Amino acid sequence: MPFVNWLKRHLVVIAGLLTLAYLLLPNVVVTVFSFNKPKGRFNYEWQQFSTDAWKDPCGVADLCGSLSISLQIAFWATLGATLLGTLIAFALVRYRFRARGAVNSLIFLPMAMPEVVMAASLLTLFLNLGAQLGFWTILIAHIMFCLSFVVTAVKARVMSMDPRLEQAAQDLYAGPVQTFLRVTLPIAAPGIAAGALLAFALSFDDFIITNFNAGSTVTFPMFVWGSAQRGTPVQINVIGTAMFLLAVLFVLTSMVVGSRRSRKTS
Amino acid sequence: MKTTSSGGDVRLTGISKTYGSFTAVHPLDLTVPQGSFFALLGASGCGKTTTLRMIAGLEEPSSGTVHLGEQDVTALPPYKRPVNTVFQSYALFPHLDIFENVAFGLRRRGIRSVKKQVEDMLELVQLGEQARKKPHQLSGGQQQRVAVARALINHPKVLLLDEPLGALDLKLRRQMQLELKRIQTEVGITFVHVTHDQEEAMTMADTIAVMNAGRVEQLGSPTDLYENPRTTFVANFLGTSNFIEAEIDSKSGDEIVLKAGGGKLVLSEARCGAPAPTGGRVLVGVRPEKISLTHADDAGEIPEGRNRITGKIADSSFIGVSTQYVVDSPVCSDFEVYAQNIDRDPRLVPGAEVVLHWNPAHTFGLDASQDAEAGVEEAA
Repeated sequence: MPFVNWLKRHLVVIAGLLTLAYLLLPNVVVTVFSFNKPKGRFNYEWQQFSTDAWKDPCGVADLCGSLSISLQIAFWATLGATLLGTLIAFALVRYRFRARGAVNSLIFLPMAMPEVVMAASLLTLFLNLGAQLGFWTILIAHIMFCLSFVVTAVKARVMSMDPRLEQAAQDLYAGPVQTFLRVTLPIAAPGIAAGALLAFALSFDDFIITNFNAGSTVTFPMFVWGSAQRGTPVQINVIGTAMFLLAVLFVLTSMVVGSRRSRKTS
Repeated sequence: MKTTSSGGDVRLTGISKTYGSFTAVHPLDLTVPQGSFFALLGASGCGKTTTLRMIAGLEEPSSGTVHLGEQDVTALPPYKRPVNTVFQSYALFPHLDIFENVAFGLRRRGIRSVKKQVEDMLELVQLGEQARKKPHQLSGGQQQRVAVARALINHPKVLLLDEPLGALDLKLRRQMQLELKRIQTEVGITFVHVTHDQEEAMTMADTIAVMNAGRVEQLGSPTDLYENPRTTFVANFLGTSNFIEAEIDSKSGDEIVLKAGGGKLVLSEARCGAPAPTGGRVLVGVRPEKISLTHADDAGEIPEGRNRITGKIADSSFIGVSTQYVVDSPVCSDFEVYAQNIDRDPRLVPGAEVVLHWNPAHTFGLDASQDAEAGVEEAA
């Protein structure tokens, strides 16, 4: 029974690999079909290999415009949500104030609420205020729902931080500003970075809330949805694949940098 | 840092700290002389750490003032006081390496060329090789030395140590005690050391303040505190003490003669810390190692003039250098006696009738109105 024994020993690895394959299969399909040359307007059946779409990713009208809008919104939403979320997280962990408990649970609400409900109520709010729907309303909505994720990520980090570290900094002649910049912020940085990454990803691919509050502005997810009715250009797969590769590259780089830094110090 | 040679005294005047209705530190006056190794000793919750943090500026006193030399620092924030702290559990910055941890204070004061100073300081604490490691890569003892180096490099007027050895195992703790004492002698800075370990305080400090429930019970040198405790708390917290409640029979010269359970005990008046009117009561104390143990059959061989009481051995335990006996006596149950293992009498086993005797000069007297057991629990 050598095979059964081998299976027993490697069962965890096999299960892990299968799960990973299950997670990555859609990405593989997207990548493969980015090299397709479809016959009709729909890119759903494999025809023949071609790099046409990779050579001309902006070849479809409005695609790159919507991509640019999405990236801009994601950038500013990440910035806004990270800044506000970090401040909220510090306030919630460090200070005792009235309604702290209420704020603590209300912050979770946007995560728990169905997006459609949130989208509809936001639209109601904007219409009642007489706001012009477009870039700014999308941005405000995105900052709103990204905020809870940033707060959660940063709060976990700040909570596990030893308050004596800041006292030690003060004891070593660092004033309040220096203490924050030299000790508090660097130690909280991984939590803040995690929150920011999460915010970027959530903002970039949000469809429901954006769709309600976009007016005539078209973001990338909205473009994909719209074009799916009339035909799917291969360029969508190209953009998707590129985003995926960029993300993988980013993770790999930070891993290499991290391991090299720890090897240098040991 | 302008440091004048006489400017290192720490003077606390009427300093106190209350949290709501709880008083952590009752108003206390304390002077720590320049260059001394001073220990604040007490059980957890006695106010010793709060006192230390008020010197550091990390805690605002409810009343009173803190002076460093001539300077009133009561209103100064911690980062403006010429005082540095070695924290319990060290509080090393996890994102900085050892070099940067030690250089932190210098850099914050705007000193550019720190390399030489930091390297010298790391040499002093024998960590020259570890400069580029992160704190979590070092052992507990090494982290402790980094914490000391990080504070000392700033040449503070006073170094505050908040239970710095609490997290180390026994052997390392002994080693670090000697190491800290060596460093203190070498740099000559005033050390204020907070600890709950009486042995640690006695090993290291020149002067000890024993604190209990937010008050200083007694202040003195280790020998003075051990030989002449003024309260039962101090007597029990520092080492072990045996107490006999006795009645004052008469006085002759500077000696007080006491009656206890039919026997007579002699106590020197100078060592009696309580008013001693004839007919009054005092607690007679004696340390376990001062007592000799003789089998009742040989009672005649005991020299005259020694305090003696009779009893029966209830328990004995052999611990190598000495044997510890618990003796049941009519005047006091659980009398503890430590006998050096020089000439062991094989008849001294549980159940044996014995005579306990000691030199009257080793007897101390305390006010009988206090609890003879005070401080026993905390010391354990």
